[in-house]
Amino acid sequence: MPNARFKMLDRAKMAETQRAGSAAETRPVRFRGAGFVQATSRYAGWIALLLVIGLWQLAGSTGLVNPLFLPAPLAIGRAIYQLAISGALWHHVSYSLMRIGAGWILGTVAGIAVGFAIGLFAVARSVGITFISALFPIPKIALLPLLILWLGIGEEPKIATIALGVFFSTAISVYSGVDAVPRNLIRMAQSFNVPFSTIVRRVIWPGALPAILAGFRITASVALLLVVSAEMIGAEFGIGAFVLQAGNLMQTDQLLAGVVILSLFGLAVGKLINLLETRLLRWR
Amino acid sequence: MPRVSNHEARSTAAANFGSTDVSMDLIADHISHRFGALEVLHDVSFTVGAGEVVAVVGPSGCGKSTLLSILGGLLQPSAGHAGLRGAAPAGSLNPLTFVFQDFALLPWCTVEGNVEFPLLHTGLSLGERRALADDALRRTGLLDFRATYPKQLSGGMRQRVGIARALAVRPAILLMDEPLSALDSQTRELLMEDFIRLLAGGAMGAVYVTHNLEEAVRLADRIVVLSRRPGRVREVVAIPLTRDERGDINARGKLLSLQGELWSLIREEAIDAEREVQDA
Repeated sequence: MPNARFKMLDRAKMAETQRAGSAAETRPVRFRGAGFVQATSRYAGWIALLLVIGLWQLAGSTGLVNPLFLPAPLAIGRAIYQLAISGALWHHVSYSLMRIGAGWILGTVAGIAVGFAIGLFAVARSVGITFISALFPIPKIALLPLLILWLGIGEEPKIATIALGVFFSTAISVYSGVDAVPRNLIRMAQSFNVPFSTIVRRVIWPGALPAILAGFRITASVALLLVVSAEMIGAEFGIGAFVLQAGNLMQTDQLLAGVVILSLFGLAVGKLINLLETRLLRWR
Repeated sequence: MPRVSNHEARSTAAANFGSTDVSMDLIADHISHRFGALEVLHDVSFTVGAGEVVAVVGPSGCGKSTLLSILGGLLQPSAGHAGLRGAAPAGSLNPLTFVFQDFALLPWCTVEGNVEFPLLHTGLSLGERRALADDALRRTGLLDFRATYPKQLSGGMRQRVGIARALAVRPAILLMDEPLSALDSQTRELLMEDFIRLLAGGAMGAVYVTHNLEEAVRLADRIVVLSRRPGRVREVVAIPLTRDERGDINARGKLLSLQGELWSLIREEAIDAEREVQDA
């Protein structure tokens, strides 16, 4: 005998069965929720890339495209190999890496310091945002001649150009990141009398880190763009200088070899930042 | 419905709990506050006695949370002040401790990291910090979740972490800002039982800001009813049942009728406040 407490539920179940039995015919509800899902296929991107390279090679091998204007991928590969065994590849890459490394580190350190100051202090915010708004839109490569006048024709103006480009983007991403740290976390820390320096170190820094790392992704591209531009304007060695020289001599396979190396460099930096994000933002 | 003075209510509360080793009162002394031209609190005064649980209720926008921020030292009032009388219990690392509505957990720290966070700057050794955190985790049933990140927890468990963090600093008075309002009704009920158990001994007092009158009558010894904005103390209502009596199923009817009386007190103003919000 069913429990008296559940009599009402039992009646509901009977009524449900009766309704189901009396239905003339059931038809399925049409599914309307397809699409608009942000899903990616694991292999589709690679297959598409290989397909394009294959078609490109086919067009070059069959003479459909003049190799002077667009060398085939195999020719570009051969050019990279020649550059590598001659030592020229490393020579150019090392110059570019040195300039990017020095400029990026200088710009990043200064950008983080200024970004934090803007994010944390009212006076720094008022002054800093005014200057950043005025100076950020200037294409930094336009300052290279002025920097050459100030710093001479050595490495310094190129490094300074990169540092300037990196500085503004970093400062903006850092203070945006500091602004985005939920205020309730700061108030929570204050409610436990946590000192200012500890709040900055343990609440604001980790809270702003996603925005800072996203900024690194942008500044890495900015640094790459500026190093190539600066080397094209005034350098003997470096990937930018190499690409320009190859273009002037109509050595398009060498030119595209330089472009491929730049692309690989960009990919490597992207992977490095992904790795950093995976390690530092595990909590997300 | 019994309406009482602060002094009478403290005596009633003390009688409710029996003896307690806490001797710190929290005083709202003629507190007024405005945000620009908008006056949100006007001349609010009351005292939270040692080990007493005081709920603050009132219509939306009456300044309940603002009042709690002022009482906890997170906001400077435009006039009046919040004060403490008496000494905090020995070993209390943060006598006035908040439990937040949105939990305010550090998402990059594990449960244990969050509970230890307020202890990091206290000068305690690692062993002492661990012992305090372990004790708080044990009291909230979180020992098995110490290595878990907040995003892996349900809302109720996250609030438990918030409570454990508050307990780790041995508070004298908990300042609870609608701690259950972000939770579903079943979780709310479970956490309400936890609150009742935590506050049962009278070792801690609490200011419990809520818009939920049922929570107020079940948990509080006294209820401060604020008027609509600018919030003024409209009534101070003592709950005429001991904490033990309130847990009895037979007292439910009495608590419900108290709840009904409280609702009739604020109903008209709640309607006006809601219209005001819609108009705004």
